[in-house]
Amino acid sequence: MNFDFSDDQKFLKSEARKFLDAHCSTATVRGVLDNVDRSYDEPLWKAVAAQGWMGTAIPEEHGGLGLGRMELCVIAEELGRALAPIPFASTVYGLAEAVLIAGSPAQKSALLPRIAAGELIGALATSEGPGVVSAGSIKASVADGKLTGEKLPVTDGDVAGVAVVLAKEAGQVNAYLVDLTGAGVTRETLQTLDPSRGAARLTFKGAAAERLGGAGEGLDIIEQVLNRMAVLLAFEQVGGADRALEMAKDYALNRYAFGRPIGSYQAIKHKLADMYVKNELARSNAYFGAWALDTDAPELPLAAASARVSACEASWYAAKENLQTHGGIGFTWEMDCHLFYRRAQQLGLVAGGAKQWKERLVTQLERRNAA
Amino acid sequence: MDFNDTPEEAEYRAKARAWLEANAPKREDHVRGEEPTMAESKAWQAKKAAAGYSCITWPKEWGGPGGTSWQSQIFAQEEAKYPVPGNPFTIGLGMCVPTIMTAGSEADKVRFVGPALRGEEIWCQLFSEPSGGSDAAAARTRAVRAPDGSGDWIINGQKVWTSGAQYSDFGILLLRTDPDVPKHKGLTMFWVDMKDPAIEVRPIHQMSGGSGFNEVYFTDLRVKDSQRIGPVGDGWRVSIVTLMNERNAIGGGSSYHRQVMQLADGISTLAGSGIKDAALREKIADWYVQAEGLKYTRLRTQTALSRGQTPGPEASIGKVVTAPLMQDVANTALELEDQFGIISDPKYAPLQAMFQATLMSAPGMRIAGGTDEILRNIIAERVLGLPQDVRLDKDVAFKDIPTGR
Repeated sequence: MNFDFSDDQKFLKSEARKFLDAHCSTATVRGVLDNVDRSYDEPLWKAVAAQGWMGTAIPEEHGGLGLGRMELCVIAEELGRALAPIPFASTVYGLAEAVLIAGSPAQKSALLPRIAAGELIGALATSEGPGVVSAGSIKASVADGKLTGEKLPVTDGDVAGVAVVLAKEAGQVNAYLVDLTGAGVTRETLQTLDPSRGAARLTFKGAAAERLGGAGEGLDIIEQVLNRMAVLLAFEQVGGADRALEMAKDYALNRYAFGRPIGSYQAIKHKLADMYVKNELARSNAYFGAWALDTDAPELPLAAASARVSACEASWYAAKENLQTHGGIGFTWEMDCHLFYRRAQQLGLVAGGAKQWKERLVTQLERRNAA
Repeated sequence: MDFNDTPEEAEYRAKARAWLEANAPKREDHVRGEEPTMAESKAWQAKKAAAGYSCITWPKEWGGPGGTSWQSQIFAQEEAKYPVPGNPFTIGLGMCVPTIMTAGSEADKVRFVGPALRGEEIWCQLFSEPSGGSDAAAARTRAVRAPDGSGDWIINGQKVWTSGAQYSDFGILLLRTDPDVPKHKGLTMFWVDMKDPAIEVRPIHQMSGGSGFNEVYFTDLRVKDSQRIGPVGDGWRVSIVTLMNERNAIGGGSSYHRQVMQLADGISTLAGSGIKDAALREKIADWYVQAEGLKYTRLRTQTALSRGQTPGPEASIGKVVTAPLMQDVANTALELEDQFGIISDPKYAPLQAMFQATLMSAPGMRIAGGTDEILRNIIAERVLGLPQDVRLDKDVAFKDIPTGR
């Protein structure tokens, strides 16, 4: 048994941190946040592509580095820590994983090399309205290879080249690959809680759609993608939560009230201790998720749900209590606290909220108990 | 990262399983509710020691098998599958004897380590006092040099919350040797013979009904200077070793989610079967991720240990998570039982009244071995590096520190 990353993986992590420290400060994040015309940082995206990160877990035969998901987890943590304003999750944990799970050889060779090279941005288009995505919530439909309907919100849908779209055909829910640059697609950029990340409303009027996977497999494919995404996003969340705790700690050490550092008051100490505990629990759950993901273990659905639920709790708590620790200055636009507060919500909802993941978790436990 | 056994670990596990299967009591022979006797506990400990399954990580020179922390973990996992007798040795083997091994004299190590390991002698830890629980360094029980020049010490005072004092052979005792210096500097650690007639043990009647803890009174107890553990005035530093081990020891435990699910499955609510209750399902998920998170945090600590790194105060998170969790589980389970929840008679209450029992023991868990609040201070100060709270007793001679009631 060994419950830690390898020395090589730790080296990759420290290299990733150095790279992001140099290329992705919070000023970089604000460059997207403060500019309505930008939904991601293109120079950063290109620099990350030059590092080969998009292809971390893509097999070498498809132009990737052919490393494991464990290496991708390590990078995810650093991206989360840096609040990187790039469409990495949608492209790498979303589109690439969907194609790896269900793509035909032709689809794999068409898309994976472009993703690995950083030439293609992806998106997952499943939601059409408030609430959980289910067979009943999907109105978008396909007939004769043409897609009609609308999807919102689609994270990174405003800049993506290809989306995985859930739609119905002959009464069954299927997944489709749709070229968003083709005819019959219109995009409306959405105002969201976290403007450092892009999102769109996509409208399809006879857009060309190519089925991904078998007929009727759409929801199953998305569920498999979400299980993988949940683990990878958990690492992003843990990275952000740890940095929020560091910010809170630094501020508590340097801010004085009533003649002493606010970090010497138990009200603040206990709050920060609780942050630490939640972060550690989330990290440990994420590690188990990483192992289940990397080895494609049968425990993955339960491990993914645990990683997701624990990470959502930690990142939300760290983000809101970091802001609270800062007091009034934390509520200003100039202070970075709200960047973490916004991203915690974005990451906490983008692959389905914690409430639904708790339900998935208990369903998995029921199955296990019954077995 | 690999959550499976290595070939060596798998081999060790197989051996441990075979040994347990041949030697441990069987589940079907175990009568629920029947307390194992001390003789059974001692016999089981001796058996384990002879086979190299007691104190697995202790070095060979002290009679341990010199195994790895993983082997210790593996054996504990396998042993937990059998209804083995209760373990009155935890405090001695987990706290007192390691303290002697770290800070005691060579003669004490030779005298005490082996018998403790084999379950022949039981130890207790005497730190808390009526006037100092969380503030353990405020100990007032005095040790003064005997006036006869023998170098012996005379001890007077009272300790409290001492687990197992009624059946212990020896105890480690934190004493005030100098009230004229600030409180942390005037303490010294000793070991004492608990069978000495100058020691009186009185059981404490706990709110849970049991009496696992005691008050211990010392009246002119005379001890040799050779019973001192560490230098005079160094008792606080010595006690830190003991307390850190205590928090690790209490940090275990499970979330009971399986039992709650079992209970909920057979219970009706206005929304239908209890297990379909959305609020309960959310709680089960919350409990589960906390318990799993702790389990894997512990395994991360094990990994650090196996690489020769020392686990730090982050090990404190176990108890600060588990104790309030158990209280919440119990309270939620009783709500689910509805009116029936008030029944604590195992004859009638679901699952032999385990949730009623947990409700009544949980407050103790949140206090013993460092309260929830003290543990948060420890995490904030030692892990995160936040400053200590203002201390009015700092740099003040112990005898001049204000004491309330």
